[in-house]
Amino acid sequence: MYGVMFLALLSSLKAIAYKEAQMDTKKVLMTKMGLDGHDFGVKILCQMYRNAGFEVVYTGQRQTAEMVVAAAIEEDVDVIGISTLSGAHMHSVPLTMEEQKKQNIDIPVIVGGTIPPADVEKLKKVGVAEVFPTGTDANMSIEFIKKLPNRKSLKRG
Amino acid sequence: MDIVDKMFQGDRLALARLLSILENNTPEVPLVMSRIQQNQDNGYYIGFTGAPGSGKSTLVDKMILQIRNNNLEVGVVAIDPTSPFSGGAILGDRIRMQNHALDPGVFIRSLATRGSLGGLSRAAKNTARILNASGKDYCIIETVGVGQVEIDIVDTADTTVVVLMPDTGDSIQAIKAGIMEIADIIVVNKADLKGTDQLIADLMLMLHENQRHSWWQVPVIATQADKNIGIKELFEKIEEHKEVLKDTGMLVAKRKEQRVSEFMEIIEQTLLDVILESQKDDSEFCEIINNVMAGLIDPYSAAKKVFGNENLIKRWMMRLSSEILIERRRVDA
Ligand SMILES: Nc1nc2c(ncn2[C@@H]2O[C@H](COP(=O)(O)OP(=O)(O)OP(=O)(O)O)[C@@H](O)[C@H]2O)c(=O)[nH]1
Ligand SMILES: [Mg+2]
Repeated sequence: MYGVMFLALLSSLKAIAYKEAQMDTKKVLMTKMGLDGHDFGVKILCQMYRNAGFEVVYTGQRQTAEMVVAAAIEEDVDVIGISTLSGAHMHSVPLTMEEQKKQNIDIPVIVGGTIPPADVEKLKKVGVAEVFPTGTDANMSIEFIKKLPNRKSLKRG
Repeated sequence: MDIVDKMFQGDRLALARLLSILENNTPEVPLVMSRIQQNQDNGYYIGFTGAPGSGKSTLVDKMILQIRNNNLEVGVVAIDPTSPFSGGAILGDRIRMQNHALDPGVFIRSLATRGSLGGLSRAAKNTARILNASGKDYCIIETVGVGQVEIDIVDTADTTVVVLMPDTGDSIQAIKAGIMEIADIIVVNKADLKGTDQLIADLMLMLHENQRHSWWQVPVIATQADKNIGIKELFEKIEEHKEVLKDTGMLVAKRKEQRVSEFMEIIEQTLLDVILESQKDDSEFCEIINNVMAGLIDPYSAAKKVFGNENLIKRWMMRLSSEILIERRRVDA
């Protein structure tokens, strides 16, 4: 019966529009910290993330750890992505992790950009969830984000 | 202490989490909204709409400054479109509002339109309401003025500012899209660009020809948002509009109207859900739909047939009452 099919379609469309899609949409905060050169790369990444189905909040450049964490709180994002080119990541990233502790939150942080191999472990030691040095396929970070738990479905006191 | 109490006590995390409940339209929405009922009308709602890139976020940034200079608090809901292809979105309005990133008197939240059927306007409105309930004196809603939904959102604002810029032909687009009709104030931003005077002249003429209210003449204000030019005038006009709305009783009337229309919307949606749900296994209704689909009957007569069918209506009613039972159990739980 066409009618049945039509209605089933309609209600499944509604289910998609209202529930599933909305619950599963990952919200990502993308940021560049300090005096960190141009932001072409991060903008392209934002577009790739959008095309992957993420909602990407872009803060713009020259962010401090306090600004990043404040924005992440306001936007209630699932993950913070820090893009870095200047080599200042060993300064800005740990500060961001500390600021998170200070604000009593623990949003996963991923870092991408110009990062020497030696720094990867160091970053992970301060609590970074994953590092994607320049040259890594962007799809790796997309897959990584997709697999993160959805914060919005977590209870938080 | 629960999350709503925490929000009332100024906990930003709790506020952010409540906004996520709205954003994701989870089953807690009705409960949350009922808890803030008493506090949501304290603040004043300002809507900013207009073509992409016309300078809305830059203007909002400057409005925040004006409000903060008066020692008042402000919430911002910045809405950007969801890509219909991927379901993703880039929410970039915050970039222009970085001056306020660490100001505890400012709370900025980005929202994607998402593909929902009219669901966005409710989520956006409720977001604005919770921001106001959290103690903000103003709530600013920014949205690209492209579709009916976006227009609906800003139209719920107390003062709606339509932002145009010269030399792009977007004033004509705006007129076509019907956003001129919702403007309480028109801003011609990027007044440093050529074509500004012509655009203002065109707008004045158009406004002169269709004045909407005897009690309010829609002003046209030229601004250069990035250079802070015309900002004070704009804020003063918003305040003036606010005073007029208050003095004429329009503000109270508007709020009353909104409450009722929202209530009716929820009733309508619930009834529709129940009816659609129950039809999946109702052969009589399906038969009528099939006939409509095949063009064998016109939709009016078909509807008449539906409402003339006592058994069918009875089945709807039964469905509805079982739905009410389920709802009651959920509330009790
Ligand atoms: N020339 C000129 N540029 C301006 C002015 N105001 C803002 N801009 C610039 O216009 C661009 C767009 O500004 P936004 O504030 O992001 O515009 P928007 O309307 O919020 O854009 P969307 O949210 O993407 O629709 C930015 O590069 C601003 O710096 C102005 O008065 N004159
Ligand atoms: Mg904007």
